[in-house]
Amino acid sequence: MDKLSPEELEIKANKIRKDIIKMLVAAKSGHSAGPLGMADIFTALYFNIMNHDPENPMWEDRDRLFLSCGHIVPVRYATMAHAGYFPMTHLKTLRKLGSDLQGHPERVRMPALESTSGPLGEGLAQAAGYAYAARMDGARFRVFCITSDGEHNAGNHWEAVMFAGKNKLSNLTSFIDRNNIQIDGYTENVMPLEPLVDKYESFGWHVLHIDGHNMEEIIDSVSHAKAVYEKPTVIIAHTIPGKGVSFMENKFEWHGKPPSPAEAREALHDLRTLGGKIRGEHE
Amino acid sequence: MSLNKNQNLSKDTLKRGIEQLPTRDGYGHGLVQAGEKDERVVALCADLTDSTRTGWFREKFPGRFVEIGVAEQLLATVAAGMANYGKIPFIASYAAFSPGRNWEQIRTTACLNDVPVKIAGCHAGVSVGPDGATHQALEDLATMRVVPNMIVVYPSDAVEAQKATYEAAFNGKPTYLRFAREKTPVFTTEKSPFKIGRAEVLWEDRDPKVAIVAAGPLVYEALLAAKLLAKTKIGSLVINSHTIKPIDEQTIIKAAKMTGAVVSVEEHQVNGGLGSAISEVLAKNFPVPMEFIGMQDSFGESGKPDELLKKFGMKSTDIASAAKRVIKRKNS
Repeated sequence: MDKLSPEELEIKANKIRKDIIKMLVAAKSGHSAGPLGMADIFTALYFNIMNHDPENPMWEDRDRLFLSCGHIVPVRYATMAHAGYFPMTHLKTLRKLGSDLQGHPERVRMPALESTSGPLGEGLAQAAGYAYAARMDGARFRVFCITSDGEHNAGNHWEAVMFAGKNKLSNLTSFIDRNNIQIDGYTENVMPLEPLVDKYESFGWHVLHIDGHNMEEIIDSVSHAKAVYEKPTVIIAHTIPGKGVSFMENKFEWHGKPPSPAEAREALHDLRTLGGKIRGEHE
Repeated sequence: MSLNKNQNLSKDTLKRGIEQLPTRDGYGHGLVQAGEKDERVVALCADLTDSTRTGWFREKFPGRFVEIGVAEQLLATVAAGMANYGKIPFIASYAAFSPGRNWEQIRTTACLNDVPVKIAGCHAGVSVGPDGATHQALEDLATMRVVPNMIVVYPSDAVEAQKATYEAAFNGKPTYLRFAREKTPVFTTEKSPFKIGRAEVLWEDRDPKVAIVAAGPLVYEALLAAKLLAKTKIGSLVINSHTIKPIDEQTIIKAAKMTGAVVSVEEHQVNGGLGSAISEVLAKNFPVPMEFIGMQDSFGESGKPDELLKKFGMKSTDIASAAKRVIKRKNS
């Protein structure tokens, strides 16, 4: 696929956010804040960073993207639809009976979904196992993993951090969606995670941290990670949960629920007008 | 003696001097054999490499062995990632910890994900002995057989354990293999038939009054029980139901029709294991009275393996008594 420029990526991410809102309101259930917050990173991955081919989803040399925090999968579905993996109209089947767009992703239902996830704290270990196996065979592709900050409460996750550090899995790049919220509140109240940078460094990782809404920083961080040959890299991406919809931004209440139809109209207006800064094209 | 000749059992079967080996040895040999056959086979272990006999594989294929440390959740999830890539990972620990501690990881990342992770649960049952209840896995057959996509195999001796391990490597499915620590009689041979999913009739009297369906090393106790029963002129069948899932329905239904009474035998809680699997089949197809030999909803404790089997009622004499009870129920 042709790579989009940072400016083009921003426009694409905004479209993807609108589709996330439409999907969630049609599904009448699901998570709002996380998918909106990660729209920029998913857009950058699928439209600039990753080697992949929507025409040949199981292409052997594709980069692998493991989504550990499966609850934000609407952003992945929306991004994959925009990339041409399946028709856009299919997004409306999210969470509906018989759909391959399950509420939490299932590998066997859709090509290139790479893993089944939702129960938290398990994704990095699977990505690390995959990266380890791929390195045994001298495979050249990169394994990406996206984790949430909340799932850093889980022991299984830190076991994987140890494993990847021990084995110097430099073909593994992990993003943390550092949005500071989880279901029960702010991460630092639920179970403090800081100092995250020190923790990862002491476990043998290379650590970067970026503004998760800045396309240039997202792209540059991965280029940087690719240049690190002796360690796995974690990119701590500071994001705003609910990004782009002013009444959702930074509110943990929006972690696990969809917008109502009225809220969705307001959200779409917000996205069209970039928070009221510009005139919406249809208004 | 009514040992089934077609089974090619050891000529020492039911004799005092029969060779004894732990089923985990069979795992170790089967794993090396599978590794020689296919380089996709890899082995992972959670800091119990020697006692699970994974060490034999590590010696031969050091580049295909992965040390995980004391982290059974990691053990399952790293293996799921490797299986997803295309490897055939075997993960080993004590059954009390794997699948004891990592059930949800196995459910989600191996079974729902449908990737062929092979789980070796070693040191299962009360016969672990002196280590006590914490280390005596007695619930693992139940927790594994309830998960969709999972195959569950509980070999009866070291030779069968090797065959089960080798066959599991190439069945393309998540598979749970259950092994014991203690040496137990090796009564099957290279020539004995074995296929995952097919139970074997090891003992068959003329006009049998009861079918004893067993799995694991207690199959040998079941054979001893059949011999005891024969002395009192009670004919029986002994079936080795090494595959708990998918259970061999046909063989079990046929045995129930032939005898009208069944005793299940397992070194596991009677709730949820082999006995439950058999009773599900029979309740649906051909209900007959059943007795259940196994742990009666209790934990184990420290002691010698044989003392514990006696205390918890899993010896040949207990099986023979249960057979007489169930025959009485049939006739009442």
